[in-house]
Amino acid sequence: MTVTDQTAGAASTALESAEGALEMARVDSHLHPEGSFDVDAHPVPTGREEIWRFTPLKRLRGLHADAALAADAVRTSWTAPDGVRVETVAGEAARELRGVSGLVPNTLVSARILAETEESLLVDVPAEAELTEPVFVEVTGEGADSTGGTHVVLRFGHHSSAVVVLNHTGSASLAEVVEVVVGDGAKVSVVSLQDWADDTVHLSHQQASVGRDASYKHVAVTFGGDVVRMDANVTYAGPGGEAELLGLYFADEGQHLEHRLFADHNAPRTKSNVSYKGALQGEKARTVWVGNVLIRKEAEGIETYEENRNLVLTDGCQADSVPNLEIETGEIEGAGHASTIGRFDDLQLFYLRSRGISESEARRLVIFGFFNDLIRKVGVPELEEQLLSTVESELERNVLKGYEPVSTGPVA
Amino acid sequence: MSTLEITDLHVSVATEDGPKEILKGVTLTIDSGQVHAIMGPNGSGKSTLAYSIAGHPKYEVTGGSVTLDGDDVLAMSVDERARAGLFLAMQYPVEVPGVSVANFLRTAKTAIDGEAPKLRTWVKDVNATLERVDLDPTFSQRSVNEGFSGGEKKRHEIAQLELLDPKVAILDETDSGLDIDALRIVSEGVNRFSDKGDRGVLLITHYTRILRYITPDVVHVFVNGRIAEQGGPELADQLEAEGYDKYTKAAAV
Repeated sequence: MTVTDQTAGAASTALESAEGALEMARVDSHLHPEGSFDVDAHPVPTGREEIWRFTPLKRLRGLHADAALAADAVRTSWTAPDGVRVETVAGEAARELRGVSGLVPNTLVSARILAETEESLLVDVPAEAELTEPVFVEVTGEGADSTGGTHVVLRFGHHSSAVVVLNHTGSASLAEVVEVVVGDGAKVSVVSLQDWADDTVHLSHQQASVGRDASYKHVAVTFGGDVVRMDANVTYAGPGGEAELLGLYFADEGQHLEHRLFADHNAPRTKSNVSYKGALQGEKARTVWVGNVLIRKEAEGIETYEENRNLVLTDGCQADSVPNLEIETGEIEGAGHASTIGRFDDLQLFYLRSRGISESEARRLVIFGFFNDLIRKVGVPELEEQLLSTVESELERNVLKGYEPVSTGPVA
Repeated sequence: MSTLEITDLHVSVATEDGPKEILKGVTLTIDSGQVHAIMGPNGSGKSTLAYSIAGHPKYEVTGGSVTLDGDDVLAMSVDERARAGLFLAMQYPVEVPGVSVANFLRTAKTAIDGEAPKLRTWVKDVNATLERVDLDPTFSQRSVNEGFSGGEKKRHEIAQLELLDPKVAILDETDSGLDIDALRIVSEGVNRFSDKGDRGVLLITHYTRILRYITPDVVHVFVNGRIAEQGGPELADQLEAEGYDKYTKAAAV
């Protein structure tokens, strides 16, 4: 893991932020390349860039470069409670939404989606609306042969309260930008489920702007797909906002599941709390977690904590876990991180087995508990059961099948 | 009628300087209906005996035998031993985050019995058992041992003992760290188990105070990996008065 600690070296070049409200000192960091809406400003990545170094570019079907970004590569449908506007917008209405979250693309693929796709799916929750049921958006892949690109905007008016679930299923080669605007004082959860078929490639950049005193929960759940890379970023549009970024992933044989988080503390007294848990099993199961936190000079009194825990179930897997913390002011409440990559806890297995529970059942129970701990924090009752049963079926399919014990040393 | 028979048991653990022998020939027979107390100073090998019988992978049996009703316990896996009727109440019960006590108890009961318990009576049984050891019914929704106080962990072990109802229970310093109320609650649980009849108890302890609540049939003094002396309950009183000095000195010679 890397910890970068910088002092503000480039305070002279102040530039207007995308929101236009806050004047911020520019931060020179290889972790955060300068963004641009100009497609030509982004060279095709080679894999040597910091932000691409873990991603298997060869398996992306050109999505990171010049692949077609067809709108009809996936089918989108939704169910929403009364009072919520969900619609596909095009033309000027769509263009006005590009960058609405403060996103300034830092990759070619995101820049291309903003510049080249015609339509945006807009979920618009009015100010002060309190939704009693979640909005469900179904993104269904109809085949991995044609590549596609989509732009989604989730806009929550001030003091609204809502849950939006993006459910990704089927076969697809999809690049996606999701922009989230959380109004002042709003209380919002966005859950993105990646329950893809085995042949899917998915690049998703989910950027949120959290309003003054608002609270935003983002949950990424990734089980399916050949390559899935999720960038979940948060900035703050005012002081006092809170972001909780949760994730769980389960990589099987050959899968590459990558989650990159970025909490950009650009306003005072903001909070971020990141917790991701993953399990890996099978030859060449690969996971990457990169947790970036930037505490800008003006972000006094903030509090941040991030953790990533990985359970390696068999030999032949690889997990990377990289927390990065850049601090430009010491006037903060707290900043910390934790990262673990480990095998089964033999003591837990012994305890369960000493109660008559078979070894495979004990392993199942430990993994179930590992994820259940996080699922309880999702806080969407409609989803908890589904998530638990997804974990259960993943365990049925994998943990009990062809299980070979990993080599472990003597236990204490 | 059950019998746990330990014969000339030798056990080693791996250390940086190679294997170290902890148990140096332990012979002990526990018939059902009996309570045996094993008492000894720290480091005498009492806990090693408990964990070896339960099958903890850290301990290597280098000689001797353990049988339950004639069946070779040492040939069984950890979970097979439990299903055969052995139970170990641990000194340091392990946390299993995200797994509720209710889920854990039901899974264990199903494994031991070979079939799922009847839902209606089972919930009632669990709640009644928890109540007897002074644990609130909401306790069953908490994660196994996570955030439990020392006393709660031990009472949870005793609740398991009562619900899983083994043939022979080994209690490894279940009294350690308990205040007087918790000690009484735990002791009552052990006595209820024992009073069912046809159940064996091996009570491992450093102190005599739990023996004021649980009356042993046989007391063994355990020193330096061996049983140094056996007697009736009066031996515990003698240890209370005199301590282990005379045994540890004899063993050191």
